[in-house]
Amino acid sequence: MIRFLFKGLLRDRNRSLLPVLVVTVGVALTVLAHCYITGILRDSIEFTARYSSGHVKIMTRAYAENSDQVPNDLALLGVDELISNVQDDFPDMEFVQRINFGGLLDSPDKYGETKKQGIVSGIAVDLISENTKETERLNLAGALRKGRFPEKPDEVLLSDEFAEKLEVNPGDPVTLISSTMYGGMAVQNFVLAGTIEFGVEFMDRSGMIADITGIQNALDMQDACGEILGFLDNPRYNDEMAMQVEQTFNNKYADPDDQFSPVMSRLKNESLLSGFFEMVDMFSGIIIFVFILAMSIVLWNSGLIGGLRRYGEIGLRLAIGEEKGHIYRSMIGEAVLIGIVGSTIGTLIGLGFSYWLQEAGLDIGGIMKNSKMMMPSVFRANITPPAYYLGFIPGLFSVVLGTMLAGIGIYRRKTASLFKELET
Amino acid sequence: MKRFALIIFFIPAFIRAQEPTGKEILERIDKNMAYKSAITTSKMVIHGSRQTRTIEAKTWGIGDEKAFTEYLAPAREKGTKMLKLEDQLWIYSPGSDRTIQISGHMLRQSLMGSDLSYEDMMDNNEMIEDYHATVIGSEVFEERDCWIVELQAKTAEVNYQIRKIWVDKIRYIPLKEELFAKSGKLLKRMELSNITKIDNRWFPKKMIFKDMLKRGDGTEFIIESIQFNVNIPEYIFSKASLKK
Repeated sequence: MIRFLFKGLLRDRNRSLLPVLVVTVGVALTVLAHCYITGILRDSIEFTARYSSGHVKIMTRAYAENSDQVPNDLALLGVDELISNVQDDFPDMEFVQRINFGGLLDSPDKYGETKKQGIVSGIAVDLISENTKETERLNLAGALRKGRFPEKPDEVLLSDEFAEKLEVNPGDPVTLISSTMYGGMAVQNFVLAGTIEFGVEFMDRSGMIADITGIQNALDMQDACGEILGFLDNPRYNDEMAMQVEQTFNNKYADPDDQFSPVMSRLKNESLLSGFFEMVDMFSGIIIFVFILAMSIVLWNSGLIGGLRRYGEIGLRLAIGEEKGHIYRSMIGEAVLIGIVGSTIGTLIGLGFSYWLQEAGLDIGGIMKNSKMMMPSVFRANITPPAYYLGFIPGLFSVVLGTMLAGIGIYRRKTASLFKELET
Repeated sequence: MKRFALIIFFIPAFIRAQEPTGKEILERIDKNMAYKSAITTSKMVIHGSRQTRTIEAKTWGIGDEKAFTEYLAPAREKGTKMLKLEDQLWIYSPGSDRTIQISGHMLRQSLMGSDLSYEDMMDNNEMIEDYHATVIGSEVFEERDCWIVELQAKTAEVNYQIRKIWVDKIRYIPLKEELFAKSGKLLKRMELSNITKIDNRWFPKKMIFKDMLKRGDGTEFIIESIQFNVNIPEYIFSKASLKK
């Protein structure tokens, strides 16, 4: 029976070509949309990992409990030894020091008095050591607007907007007023090396990137840092692997009775991100549901049109004595075949485009008026296991459902009026 | 019997007549706490999360308009100077050789990591100017009979919109203060002790501040010496003094 129906579909292209094409296009779009949306959301998570949370993050217990306040008075001490130890424990990972800091940034006039000043929100990373990957990790090369990267500990990068507000250019001095990790007043002069565009509004308003050594000197944090970020070998976050690292580390180093003992938390457990993963899944699910629903309506409609288009053929088959149930079942069988063939071709095409977008990415830099920023301008698709079967939902079910609805009309046809219909 | 009933009737009114109003209490407090000029040597003991730091300073002040502070210890803070002229504040840091004006939100930041803010340090206004006062009860605090007075700010510019103070009924000096935001959230708590008679006024020589939004065990502000109503040369309150 299946072979018979399949032959019928192959030989009568009027019956099969259009429905298969519609299903193929619909399914390919569904698969591509799913992969692209998932890719964009995953890219956002990766950006967060590279910028602030790492795949895993080590902090003191007290710092972790108050991490939204960036409490450098609760920072990790003896970090060189700690990093050396964890590097031995997890040789495939990379661990880097970070300090988040805030305060006031002041630009002096020619008499050394305040010309302009503003609240600063800064991040200290290893910018100048020989083998640092932080510049690349933060996409600083793509974000540089004026000047150059810092080459000395007392050189800093400012957001372009903030530098304009402070009326400073590369080479000008700026003074950071903040608190040392012991609560004392920290006043330190820096030189502006260059300006960058973060691509994140609040960072563009008041952002600063400094070398970790310069900030450690300024905030009296020698051999100390707020956070140690750990990055897995694979740039894509793997929660299972991160969880294993987290458990191994906490079993070895964390002491529940010491508020200054180091604790590790993985990206998924970060306070700001804990809900984000669920939100990503939910949001992705909603977008895909809406898309599938729209595609289903299109494909369902195609099934309905198919049924109506074959009005005459069905009449003839009824007239020569074929049972109504048999016609109905054979039409559904054909719809299943069309759905499977269209969904398979559509899934393959969708996966093909998605693979290309995953590897090459879509560069939206051109749309953004040539602006350079830390936010990635190339968005990539991400092929996940659901992409292999997701297209079959609209592809198969909606064609079958459309045909089933259209086919109900078969039972309403009256044999007595069939010949009259055929005469016309 | 009639006479007895009359006495009973008038006793509460008599007691009420003896009870000072909130305004009178504030006037008496200001007589003790406010001054035309003063030179103070003080010690600030900051109990942080990790360690306790002691900062020593000398301050020259004229009313609530002018103040000049030089930090004497520890080594990292030594030579740092602050100049307050009305509502403006400048800080000189010898390490960076910069004079920096502190303004806006930064004035609410912690002073040297203590539980006091720059605004707290700058605030020397007479309370009667800034607040409406109501006596809401009395209580024994640290074995002293106290009025409990609630202060409501007269304007939105005042640092703390609501204050609750426990005022010694005899010496008219606050022994405890709770400082609230407009929302009613408790921001800071102060305890004043070591009340000493200096030049015919009662004055607390030790104050413990606790910023309720900050970690740590509070800050002790200890006055080691204070001279009231002394002549202070005007040049001290100039930006040129900061770099000297």
